[in-house]
Amino acid sequence: MSNKILQKKALIPGQTSLLVIDAPQIAKKAKPGNFVILRIHDKGERIPLTIADTDPEAGTITIVFLVVGKSSALLETLKEGEIILDVCGPLGKPTHIEKCGTVICVGGGTGIAAMHHIAKGHHRAGNHVVAIVGARSKDLLLFCDELGGFCPELLIATDDGSSGHKGFVTDVLRDRLEKDKDVTEVVAIGPVPMMEAVAKVTKPFGVRTVVSLNSIMVDGVGMCGACRCNVGGETRFACVDGPEFDGHKVDFNELRMRLAQYKNQENESMDLFRREHGE
Amino acid sequence: MPKQPPKIRSHNFYEVALGYQIETAVEEAARCIQCPKPKCVENCPVEIDIPGFIKHIAERNFEEGVKILKEKNCLPAICGRVCPQEEQCELTCVLVKKKGQIAIGRLERFLADWEAEQNKIKLPEIKKKTGKKVAVVGGGPAGLTVAGDLIQLGHDVTVFEALHKMGGVLIYGIPEFRLPKSIVSREVDYLEKLGVELVTDFVVGRTRSVDSLLEEYDAVFIGSGAGLPWFMEIPGENLNGVYSANEYLTRMNLMKGYLFPEFDTPIKNHKSVAVMGGGNVAMDCARTALRLGAETRIIYRRSRNELPARLEEVENAEEEGVIFEYLTQPLRYIGDENGWIKEIECLRMELGEPDSSGRRRPVPIKGSEFRFQVDAAICAIGNSPNPLILSTTEGLEEGKNGIIVADEATGKTSRDRIWAGGDVVTGAATVILAMGAGRQAARSIHEYLTSN
Repeated sequence: MSNKILQKKALIPGQTSLLVIDAPQIAKKAKPGNFVILRIHDKGERIPLTIADTDPEAGTITIVFLVVGKSSALLETLKEGEIILDVCGPLGKPTHIEKCGTVICVGGGTGIAAMHHIAKGHHRAGNHVVAIVGARSKDLLLFCDELGGFCPELLIATDDGSSGHKGFVTDVLRDRLEKDKDVTEVVAIGPVPMMEAVAKVTKPFGVRTVVSLNSIMVDGVGMCGACRCNVGGETRFACVDGPEFDGHKVDFNELRMRLAQYKNQENESMDLFRREHGE
Repeated sequence: MPKQPPKIRSHNFYEVALGYQIETAVEEAARCIQCPKPKCVENCPVEIDIPGFIKHIAERNFEEGVKILKEKNCLPAICGRVCPQEEQCELTCVLVKKKGQIAIGRLERFLADWEAEQNKIKLPEIKKKTGKKVAVVGGGPAGLTVAGDLIQLGHDVTVFEALHKMGGVLIYGIPEFRLPKSIVSREVDYLEKLGVELVTDFVVGRTRSVDSLLEEYDAVFIGSGAGLPWFMEIPGENLNGVYSANEYLTRMNLMKGYLFPEFDTPIKNHKSVAVMGGGNVAMDCARTALRLGAETRIIYRRSRNELPARLEEVENAEEEGVIFEYLTQPLRYIGDENGWIKEIECLRMELGEPDSSGRRRPVPIKGSEFRFQVDAAICAIGNSPNPLILSTTEGLEEGKNGIIVADEATGKTSRDRIWAGGDVVTGAATVILAMGAGRQAARSIHEYLTSN
C-alpha cells in the first residue's frame, strides 16, 4: 500500500480539498459508509475521514476534507506525489443498502462528499435517489455535477439564496416529504446541528432516518471507546457499531459535548502550526 | 536493583528500574547453585535454559549467555522487564526459602541490554527456506513469538497489525517508565532482520478476511489479543473526562500524548484522577496520571491482599504517591453543565465469604455512600477480545466472553489451518503466557507444514 497522493483538487480553495490516494487493498474492499484513519507524520495524530469514492480497478480511494485544525491543515500542505504515512481501512460498517424505493440523501458542507458515495450506492441498487445539498453560499457547494449525473432529483439550499432555495436543507426536505408519502429512507450527513435538525423533521413523518456520526476517534477499530455515543439509551462505539445509526435514537446533545472535549488543545495545536508556517 | 527515587521518577517517564551493572549482575549470577534438575526452567512458559545463561554471566561470557537466551526467547529485554517472575521461574528457585531466589528476570534483562549496548546484535542461523507461508494476525507478544520461531525454521512469515506500530500491548499499553518503547522497537527490528515481513495499518476482518488470507498462506495464526474495553455500565460513563484504560494508555503510550503539543494527540491536564480497578493496567494508568501532575486514586472494591496487580507495581505506585481507596465501589459519575465529570459517588464495602474465585466477596455497607471531586475517571476493569475476527470468519468456535476456542497444547482452532493463542484464547492474561502460547502454536504449525 503506497498511500501516494495521485491527484489533488482544491474544491474550495484553502478550505476543502479532494485527494485521490493509491491504496489498492482498501479500494478493493471499501463500500459506501466506510471510513479510513490517517496519520500524516511521525508525531501525528490519527484522524478519521470518510471514503468519498473508490476505484477498485485503479486501486484508488478518494477522500475530501475540510481544514479545521492542525492535522487537516497539515494534510492540506501535501502535494500530488507525496505520501501519507498511514492510511488504515476500510473501517466501520458499510451503509445498509437494498432496493427499497425512494431514498432522500441529505448532505451539508464537507458531508456532501460522504453523502455522494452513499447516494451512488443507493442509485446502483436501483433506488430513486433524491439528493438535497446545502451550504452557506453557492461557492461552497460540492459534488453537484456528480450528483446531478445519477440522481433524478437534485435539490439545493443555500443560506444566502445564491443557488436553489434560500434557507436550510431541512426546509427543502420537509417540503419534499409532504409531497411524497412513499419515501422509504432519509440519509443525513453533515454538521451535528444539521443531522439533528433532519432527524427532527423526519420524525413526524415516521421515515427511517440514518445519520453518520463524526465522534472523536483514536484507533478506529473498537479498542478504546473514545467514539462512544448513546443510541436509544445504549452505549455504542461509532467506529465499529457505526458510524451510521438511527437518527431518531441518537443523543445529539451528548455527541456535541463529547466533540468539544479537546477544544482548547485543538486551538493550541492550530496556533502553534500557524506560527510555524508563518501565517 | 537500583531504581529512580520515587520523588524524582513520579515527575518523569524514564524507566523506573535502572538495571544491573556488570559487577552486580556477575555477583547475582554467582549465587545460582546450578541445580542439575532446575525447577526454574519448568516454570518458565518458554523453557529458557536458565542455569545455562546464568552460568555464562557468572563467568563473564555474556555473548554466550545471549546465545542461550535467544534460543528460546526472541524478546528477552521485554520479558526480563514485564514477566511476573515471582509467579513463574523465580517462584520455584530452590533458594527462595533460604537465601532468597535468584533475580532471573533482572539477569535476563541485563544480558539483553548488554547485547544491545554492544551494538552488534547477532542473527542466529536460519534454516533453509521451506517455501511455506504463514500469516500472523496481530503484532503483539503472541504473534511476534510465532513469527520469530517460524522464520528461524525456514518458513516465510507476514505479520498483519491493525495499528501503525508493531508490539500490541507492549507499545500502546505498558508505559514507557516500565518498558521503554525503544526496546520494543529494537526487538521488532530484530525480527525484521530475521526476515519477517511486517505489515501495519492492516485490519484483518476489514482490510482482508482470514479466509482471504488462507487463499494465499498455508496457515494463519490469530494473536489479536483482548482489546475490547469493558465499562462498568453505571450512570455518567459517557461524560467528558471518563476514559477506558485503553484510550488513556493509547493516547499516552502509542500517541505520546504527554508530549503534546510536540506530538499532535491531545490529553487534558487533569488535577484529580480516579482509576477503577486493581490490576496492572490500573497501576499503569494511575502512575501515568500521577506523572502528569494529578492527584491520583485507585478505587478498588476489595482490599490490598486481593489486588490482582504485581506486588512490585503496587509498591512502586504507593511509593510514588498514588492513593489507594480499598473496599470502595463506584456507583455513578456526576457531571457539570458542560458534560464534564466533576464528582464520583461511591459505596464502602466489607469483605464477606469467599466467592467462586476463592477470594472474599465484597459486600456493600448500607448507607455508606460518599462523594469526592475528580476531573477524570479511568475505567481499568478488564477487556475481552475484539469481536471483529470471529464475526468475519465462519466456523471458528467461540467461547465465553468472545474468546476463540483453541487446543491448549497446540493452539489449533476448530478450523483447519487456523491456529490461535494469547489473550484472544485465554482472555486478558500476561505477556509471557501469550508468548508461551505462541511458542506452542509455532511448534504445531511447523509440524503441520513439514508433514505434508
